Formats: sequence, C-alpha cells, structure tokens
Amino acid sequence: MNMPVAKSDISASIPSAPTPPAVAKIVPLPLRQTAMNTRIRATLGKIAAAVIPPVVMIVVLLTAWQLLCMRPGATLPTPTKIWTEAYDLIVDPFFVAGPQDIGLGWRVLVSLQRVAIGYGLAALFGIALGTLIGQSVWAMRGLDPIFQVLRTISPLAWLPISLAAFRDSQPSAIFVIFITSVWPIIINTAVGIRNIPQDYRNVAAVLRLNHFEFFWKIMIPSAAPYIFTGLRIGIGLSWLAIVAAEMLTGGVGIGFFIWDAWNSSRLPDIFVALAYIGIIGFLLDRIVAGISSIVTRGTSAN
Amino acid sequence: MTSYCKIDHVDKVFTRGNTETCVLKEITLDIEKGEYVSIIGHSGCGKSTLLNIVAGLTEATTGGVILEGKHVNEPGPDRAVVFQNHSLLPWLTVYDNVRLAVDKVFGAKKSRAERDEWTLHNLNLTQMTHARDKRPSEISGGMKQRVGLARALAMEPKILLLDEPFGALDALTRTHLQDTVMGLHEKLGNTVMMITHDVDEAVLLSDRIIMMTNGPAAQIGEILSVPIARPRKRLELVTDPTFLKCRQRVLEFLYERHRFVEAA
Ligand SMILES: Nc1ncnc2c1ncn2[C@@H]1O[C@H](COP(=O)(O)OP(=O)(O)O)[C@@H](O)[C@H]1O
Ligand SMILES: [Mg+2]
Repeated sequence: MNMPVAKSDISASIPSAPTPPAVAKIVPLPLRQTAMNTRIRATLGKIAAAVIPPVVMIVVLLTAWQLLCMRPGATLPTPTKIWTEAYDLIVDPFFVAGPQDIGLGWRVLVSLQRVAIGYGLAALFGIALGTLIGQSVWAMRGLDPIFQVLRTISPLAWLPISLAAFRDSQPSAIFVIFITSVWPIIINTAVGIRNIPQDYRNVAAVLRLNHFEFFWKIMIPSAAPYIFTGLRIGIGLSWLAIVAAEMLTGGVGIGFFIWDAWNSSRLPDIFVALAYIGIIGFLLDRIVAGISSIVTRGTSAN
Repeated sequence: MTSYCKIDHVDKVFTRGNTETCVLKEITLDIEKGEYVSIIGHSGCGKSTLLNIVAGLTEATTGGVILEGKHVNEPGPDRAVVFQNHSLLPWLTVYDNVRLAVDKVFGAKKSRAERDEWTLHNLNLTQMTHARDKRPSEISGGMKQRVGLARALAMEPKILLLDEPFGALDALTRTHLQDTVMGLHEKLGNTVMMITHDVDEAVLLSDRIIMMTNGPAAQIGEILSVPIARPRKRLELVTDPTFLKCRQRVLEFLYERHRFVEAA
C-alpha cells in the first residue's frame, strides 16, 4: 500500500535533481511513517465501521425486548432476567457440575462432533458422486430432478427412517446430518464439473493430460467455486439438522438441552442456548467461506 | 513433394440435428518449415475450424493433416495453440501456467532445475518474467496473451498455431505484441500458422497470406506471397511499395470480390 506512495515521491524528487543524495535518503523515511500512520488509522476506521453499527443495533434491540417483556403478564423473560437466572451458563461454557449439569460449551462440542462426522461424510461422498454425475449429460438429466425433490425433505422427516435402519440414536443423528447436507454438495459439484469451460478442456487436450492429471489439475480447481457453494449450503443445513435431530434422539448435545430445558420450564436457559446455536452456526459458515476464499483465490475473479 | 505440414483436401461438415452445414470445402495447403502463414477471412468463414483441425481439436470430415510425415489425429504439444481468449488457468500463477506445460512435455527429459530454467527462459522471451507470481486475473489482456505465447513456445512445437491472438487487444498493445511475435519468429525460426482479420497485421508478419472466401463451404480464394525481406521494420514498411501493394491486394479480395454479406 505504502510502496507506490514512496515510489512516486522519489520519482517526483528527480526533477529537482541538484539536491545531494544524502538529503534524498532522509526524505522517504518520515513519509513512510506517515503512510504507516494513515494505514493504521484507516484500518481502525474500518474496524469501527464494522463493529459499531451491530453493537448499537444489539443495544437497541435488547432495550426494546426489555421494555416489551417488563410489562405485567409478559410470557417471555426479559434480558436482565435471563442474565441473572442463566448466569452460570453464560459466563462459563465449560463447567462440570454433574453428569447432566455441564456447560453449554461441552454440549456444543458433542453436537459439533456429530456434525463433523456427518458433514465430513457428506462432503466426501457428495463431491465424489457429483464429480461422477457431472461427467455425463444423461446422469445429470436423470438424477437432477430426483435430487431436487429429495433436497426439500426436512431433516426430521428422515429421522424415523434412519432410527428404523440403525436402531441407535447416535448413528441416526449422524445419518440425518449426512442426508440433509449431501444434496446441495452433489448438485453443485455436478454443475461445476459440467461448467468446466471448453478452453480448459482444450488446454488439457493440447497438453495431453491423462485422466488423473485432468481430474486434479483442471476439474477440481475449475469446479472449486461451485463445490464450495455446495459445501457452504451444506454446513448451514447440517447445523440446522443436528439441533432438530438431537431434540428427538436425546444425549448430551445442544439440541437435547433445549428440549430438556423446555420440559423443566427453564426458559432463560433456552435463550442462552439459542444464542450459542446462532453464533456457532455463524462461525461454521465463516470458516467454510474462509477456506473457500483461500482455495478458490483467483478462480472466481476471472 | 512432401512438405513440412500438409493440409490435404480437408472438408468439414457440422451436423446439428437434421441440418448439415458445410463449413470448409476442399482446403489444401502446404506449409514450409519456418514459414509464417496467415489465414485471413471474414468472421464466421471457418478460420478457427481450420486451425482446430490442424490442432487436432476438431476432426476433419474428409481429408486430413500431415505434419512431418505423420497423420494428425489428436491434439498434442507439437501443435501448440495460443487461443484468442488466452485460456490461462486462473487458479495458477503465470509461472505455474507455463510450468504445467513444461512439466508435461519435458517431465521425462529434463531435470527439475532444467524445467524451472526453461520455464523462466520462455517467460523471459515474451518479457513476462516480472509477473511470474501473479495470477491471470491480476494482469492485463496483452500480458495474458504473452503468457499464453510463452506457454506455447515452451512446448517447442513443430508448428505454432495462433487463433486471432491479438484480436481482443487495443491498438497499441497489439503493436507491441506483433513486434514481439515477429522478433521471436526471427530468433527461433518457428513455423507459424496465424489467424487474423487485420490486413496490416497479416502483411507485416507473414511470408504468405491465405485468403478465404466467405462461408458456407469456404475455400482458399487466393494465396499471396509477401516478398519483403526480414527483419521487417514497421515504420519503414509504411511507405514500402511492396507492402502497400500486398495490402491493397488483400483489401481488394476482402472488400470487393468477397465482400461480407450480412444476410449469409
Ligand atoms: N461445433 C460447431 N457446430 C456447428 N457449427 C459450428 C461449430 N463450430 C463452428 N461452427 C460454425 O462454423 C462456422 C465457422 O466458424 P469459425 O471457424 O469459428 O469461424 P471464424 O473463426 O472464421 O470466425 C460458423 O458459421 C459457425 O457457426
Ligand atoms: Mg474464430
């Protein structure tokens, strides 16, 4: 950033050539420092612009919530009530007070572990199947409508079937995650493979790349933006699915915690759990998006 | 008798559904080793189709291409192509785009260090070493074509195929690239087949200009030799009578005898 500034200043000083070189050497130094200062200031400004508006909005919304639920006869707790009653859940995610009395951090980790297995399998299987389907026009035409229908089935609708098949809650929950997130990964990968530009195929043909080289050096990088679109939709769906599935299958996950809290009328705890779920879901999406932007650097901005 | 590269009675018919369109009809052309041949003709007459047949990317309906005594039946690095839209792989850096070709063509013959050196050598030939770590999206159109040219040269092709390599560039950039290509042809002695629709470019660069009639069923209408000694100097040629005469011949062919009919 500061390089062009320094450079143009040097070239600008060339017309006034008679100045001795010793002076010319000193000039860029303070310039670079001020450039650094302005850069820091610009960065701080950017951070402020990103942070201040959401903080203001959160304060406004919490205040409105507080005012609405303070009225007599309000059915939901106020933020201050949540803060006092669920204090231990909010401040310490990783406490252990008993076999069923543990911090929400532990519960989230259990849920995340299920998601990792189910989503990991969906990613592997989805990319592999999508790559195969994308190779063939007929497979694409035949399977796409079927996938488009399967894709719309709610995660919970799969649960009875998977419970019947696995007869155990743990693999059932994982299967529900898998089956929910796999469709967008398959569909997007297949579309990405189909859309490999003819130009790249020509390059591969002229270079006589073999199938293996074509797969790794052309197909996967070219389809990467599509694959990551699928992966990003998939991770969001996984997180939606796990919470729902855990409410029914039990265990220690965050989903079951909500169900349990409802049954024992701990409304404030539910609000805290919702905040956890939202924040983790957001982070998962950002992580996949971050990996995507590193991996597909340059590809999408063609 | 046996020329370096022979395009032998090539016909090309595209079949789409029930309609057959004959694009090329009876194309026969001999290209000598080291010769620079341009193909000029109105848009849509089948120039790219002809180049793709030589490249092996498209199959001729009848007839065929013989390069150094061998029948061309598939694409290969001995017929490197510089495409109109550069066709660089956007996820690779400039260096890696060329290196991919070098690794594939010389993987068995050269050591790792030699391949690195050869990659840089070819980037240097097209004056692109400075952008070696940039990605295609970060460099200009002219630079992309230079990298495409470096990639093609790095394959050490028997014939270099250029499909309107400067078509999408502004006039000034185009001039620079023409000079680069002309210099490289003099230095390396490549055999080149270039497609263009720019009359000045064809006359400046070529030993022979192949003028194609309008499609459908385009044929070679006329072949013009350009007897101007090399090295050629752009500025001197502006007033050179041979240059002007050649230029006029091509213009007459394109704009009088085979005027582009919009309805066709
Ligand atoms: N794959 C194809 N299928 C059917 N027609 C084609 C195909 N490729 C090119 N053509 C037709 O062949 C003609 C010549 O195309 P092309 O060789 O690209 O022309 P030029 O490069 O001279 O502009 C055009 O009319 C085009 O529509
Ligand atoms: Mg063309």
